[in-house]
Amino acid sequence: MATPIALRVLEGHARSYRHTWRGTTIGAVLTPVLFLAAMGLGLGQLVDREPTAALGELPYLAWLTPGLLAASAMQAGAADGTFPVLGGTRWVKTYHTAVASPVRPRDLHLGNLLWATIRITVIGLVFVAVAAGFGAVPLTRGLLALGPAVLTGVAFCAALSAGVVLMVRDQFLAGLNRFVIVPLFLFSGTFFPVEQLPPVAGTIARMLPLWHGVELTRALALGTPPALPWPVHLGVVVGLLAAGIAVGSVTFDRRLRP
Amino acid sequence: MPPVVEARALTKRFGTFTAVDRIDLEVARGEAFGFLGPNGAGKTSAMRMIGAVSPVTEGHLRVLGLDPERQGAELRARLGVVPQEDALDQELTVAENLAIYGRYFDLPRAVVRDRIDELLEFVQLSERRRAQVDPLSGGMKRRVVIARALINDPEVVLLDEPTTGLDPQARHVLWDRLFRLKQRGITLLLTTHYMDEAEQLCDRLVVMDAGRIVAEGSPAALIAAHATREVVELRLAPTEDEAAAVQVLERTGHRVEALPDRVLVYVDDGDAFVREVHARGVEPTAVLTRRATLEDVFLRLTGRALVD
Repeated sequence: MATPIALRVLEGHARSYRHTWRGTTIGAVLTPVLFLAAMGLGLGQLVDREPTAALGELPYLAWLTPGLLAASAMQAGAADGTFPVLGGTRWVKTYHTAVASPVRPRDLHLGNLLWATIRITVIGLVFVAVAAGFGAVPLTRGLLALGPAVLTGVAFCAALSAGVVLMVRDQFLAGLNRFVIVPLFLFSGTFFPVEQLPPVAGTIARMLPLWHGVELTRALALGTPPALPWPVHLGVVVGLLAAGIAVGSVTFDRRLRP
Repeated sequence: MPPVVEARALTKRFGTFTAVDRIDLEVARGEAFGFLGPNGAGKTSAMRMIGAVSPVTEGHLRVLGLDPERQGAELRARLGVVPQEDALDQELTVAENLAIYGRYFDLPRAVVRDRIDELLEFVQLSERRRAQVDPLSGGMKRRVVIARALINDPEVVLLDEPTTGLDPQARHVLWDRLFRLKQRGITLLLTTHYMDEAEQLCDRLVVMDAGRIVAEGSPAALIAAHATREVVELRLAPTEDEAAAVQVLERTGHRVEALPDRVLVYVDDGDAFVREVHARGVEPTAVLTRRATLEDVFLRLTGRALVD
């Protein structure tokens, strides 16, 4: 039986990863762990002098950990949705060679997403293990929370790669990071509840897809209900994923089969 | 068996720009067929439609009897492609680049391994199997790309500017390998703007200009039809009145092309013509008599030189 084409692309990712895993994985694991140490332990010392009602009177580290897990998954997904796609279309142009084989543009999109799913899961597992070591989350709850975190990361990978595939200038990359990824990372209820923001900013934050991913992850990690009903949060994240796949199947084709 | 390529009124437009303008083609099995023309002539666009990586805007196209539009994946499984840019993953080894590509065709891993051995031997890179691609020379990378294009044992190999940017020695090595593929019965389709390449490799070619085919035939037939047996290249002294000299040359009755740096005269007997030039009082600083080439054909057909 023929191997589904997206899986052949996935295998290609796995093969080339043998040469690149050090740089990409160490960074993806180390950064959230450093955040956990600095924010959770350092800043947490200050925050936890008195119980904080806005945090549900939880220790700051416990409250922060799921947010950081979801936001790190988003960052990993964003990286996997940009660098491999730009490498394929612009830097090395391997995508242009791949579509001369039976591989179709949408297979490249899906294969990259599958690879991102594996990578984000591994990075998330390491993060959960480290966080459990810090005593920031019980291991089982942390593993449970990994589900929505990975889903969030993959959704961002799908959405970003669908747009980035059409990118013709590398300068957009810096803009994307500065004006999209970093603000999302900071203001989606990762480090503090969105209720702390001025009302208008808070409303905007609640529309950001990362906030919904953070809410789902935090609810499972803490065993508390999320801010809005579960289906709403889940619908936004799954919707982002579905839109990314649907739009990507069009944009990848437009770029690679002119 | 259907022809390798059968195109009628094949057209490719990008917005309002017509890259390929109603071309007709037929390429038989085992042929080495060339698209010759300057940059922007539509060669690459034509090749990309044939390779089923670019949709046909209008017209009829069958490749190996298949419709590239509806049977694209099936068709691409039987083609090998050498793109203009190598697109090799520089961080990976030679063998890994080939293995990843081989798996795109769903070839079993053991088959891929054996093919890599054979192909690296064929392109004379066996000892580089485990070498990283990055430090290889341009000619070696090009040979890795040829090996990659052959990983699926294709019936047809499409080569887009196969030797552009390579030094003369590397080009000859590559031409030798491509000639061997042809001997094995593989159909070669190539684009080039190098005359010598077309003359070395192609049984038959089309000359393209601005999206259209302006001539078709074997290199020898094209030269016979559109050029003379010999060409005399004259360089005039800077002090000489060029327009006047050209007029004198034209009065000999031969076709004269005045290029920025030299004057070409199309003749059957170069030596006799050179004697005549001197007799008429033109004293060029340098004279070269050579065989006519496809370059001359192109100049004749389009009024422009191929490589600026």
